Amino acid sequence: MIRVNDIVVSFGIGGGQEHTVLKKLSLVVERGQTVSIIGSNGAGKSTLLNAVAGTVPVRAGKIFLDNADVTAMPEWQRALYVGRVRQDPLAGTAGDMTVLDNLALAARKGPRRFRLATPPKFAREMEGKVAQLGMGLEQRLKENVSRLSGGQRQALTLLMAVLSRPSVLLLDEHTAALDPANAEMVGGLTRKFIAEFELTALIVTHDMKRALEQANRVVMMHEGEIIADLLGAEKEKMDVAGLVRLFKRARGAEYAEDRDLLS
Amino acid sequence: MIEGILVEGLIYSILALGVFVSFRVLDFPDLTVEGSFPAGAAAGAMVASALNLSPNHFAKALAVPAGMLAGFFAGGVAGFATAAVYHRLKVPALLAGIVTMTGFYSINLRILGGKPNLPLIVNNPMLNLARTFTGGLLPPDLSLLVACALVVLLIFGVLVLFFHTEIGIAMGALGDNENAVIQAGIQPGNLRTWGIMLANALPGLSGAMAAAYQGFADVNLGQGVVAAGLATVMLGELVVRSQFISVQLLRVILGSIIFRALMYAARSWGYIAGITPNDLRLLTALLIIASVAVSRYGRKRR
Repeated sequence: MIRVNDIVVSFGIGGGQEHTVLKKLSLVVERGQTVSIIGSNGAGKSTLLNAVAGTVPVRAGKIFLDNADVTAMPEWQRALYVGRVRQDPLAGTAGDMTVLDNLALAARKGPRRFRLATPPKFAREMEGKVAQLGMGLEQRLKENVSRLSGGQRQALTLLMAVLSRPSVLLLDEHTAALDPANAEMVGGLTRKFIAEFELTALIVTHDMKRALEQANRVVMMHEGEIIADLLGAEKEKMDVAGLVRLFKRARGAEYAEDRDLLS
Repeated sequence: MIEGILVEGLIYSILALGVFVSFRVLDFPDLTVEGSFPAGAAAGAMVASALNLSPNHFAKALAVPAGMLAGFFAGGVAGFATAAVYHRLKVPALLAGIVTMTGFYSINLRILGGKPNLPLIVNNPMLNLARTFTGGLLPPDLSLLVACALVVLLIFGVLVLFFHTEIGIAMGALGDNENAVIQAGIQPGNLRTWGIMLANALPGLSGAMAAAYQGFADVNLGQGVVAAGLATVMLGELVVRSQFISVQLLRVILGSIIFRALMYAARSWGYIAGITPNDLRLLTALLIIASVAVSRYGRKRR
């Protein structure tokens, strides 16, 4: 469960160039819910994810994950609750280490011990997990991650993000840097893992169609605020054209050309 | 001559393993080594000399090993200082290392009792130790070589094991992608601190052995050791390519022996080309440049 209470996030504090990105934003995501977050560039979608993950500090407000107040926790501590995939396929993995070593790093959250990281039993277990990706990576566990393609690397990052069964999954345009076929594949894996691990997920995307398909709730943001929150029957009957209409109405007619940006 | 090169190569390979841990594993360009190496030499010399004067035969026999342990810890303390400056003050790694290295010059002088150098004892203590080790079955030079090889083998084995543990894997990932470590719920600062301590404890141990080997500790022993260590690491990388940590560690040791052989050659036969011992630093610098250039060229070709 994610509970965001009236958070304010500003950049450039004290520099005279202060810019408030999130303005007293609140959002409650129930356990097991998948929420797509849409909106134009600069709406504060990624900042919201960064605030939940602890990458950026909040100026005011509180953030709860699984009913624990994590507002003051540093990012590494919050990672105990959070699995995360960013847009950049290089961001989540250590390229100069093997697939198996990367999985060993992600398999368990928290402090490490003086204990063999990848015993044969662990390797066998991971073979099964990696086979789920359907990319033949189970044959390449001892290869360095830097030798994988962008799509393979992002699929691995996704597996690493869910492997320790975090309660919250944050995906920030994680298919945007991939070609259509790979984006489709990683999108499919995302749905599969969310269902399998019963995750609570926040997914930032620019792809309206996927936003509707992958989630049971769609949140639209504009200039640091939530301007639409579609759930249940309301979400079910929504289509891409409806979303664009909704978006235009909220922003006013002056941004009519944003249709290109959104679809 | 060949024994001398091998013994020096082995002793200084422990220094280079420390440089490998900071520069390659942690991706932390650490200059502290210029302070931790002589700190290890000074602490090692003090402890070994004190125990050597003891009438107790047991204490006497343990003089050099105890000195090596003292050197290991002294180096670790220097590493901790650098890590603390780096993390608390958020200064660049290079500056943190320079601060510690500068401060440790004075600390090392204090360890040495205010004198710039300290002779260990009349006899070569390392040699005596090595002789007791091999039970006098081998000639002295060979005993020394065997003793050094055993120490290096032990350190090599422990490091290989370490880098296959959870902590070792996390340390490797830290130098590669800090974000991946944070996502695993690990405090990156603490992990890096342990890594920097290890990366200086090894040079400290190396310093203690070097002092025991040459029979004295000198406060200026640290000058140029970072460059020498780096040249060693790069030479190894030039000779052997591998993604396996065990091979990467082994090639550091190999690189160290090659580096010492090159330096020996320059000292012994350099006069033919007009090279004097004063030119050794220049040679080291050129060696680093050549190693980088060759590996760049080789990578392009692949």
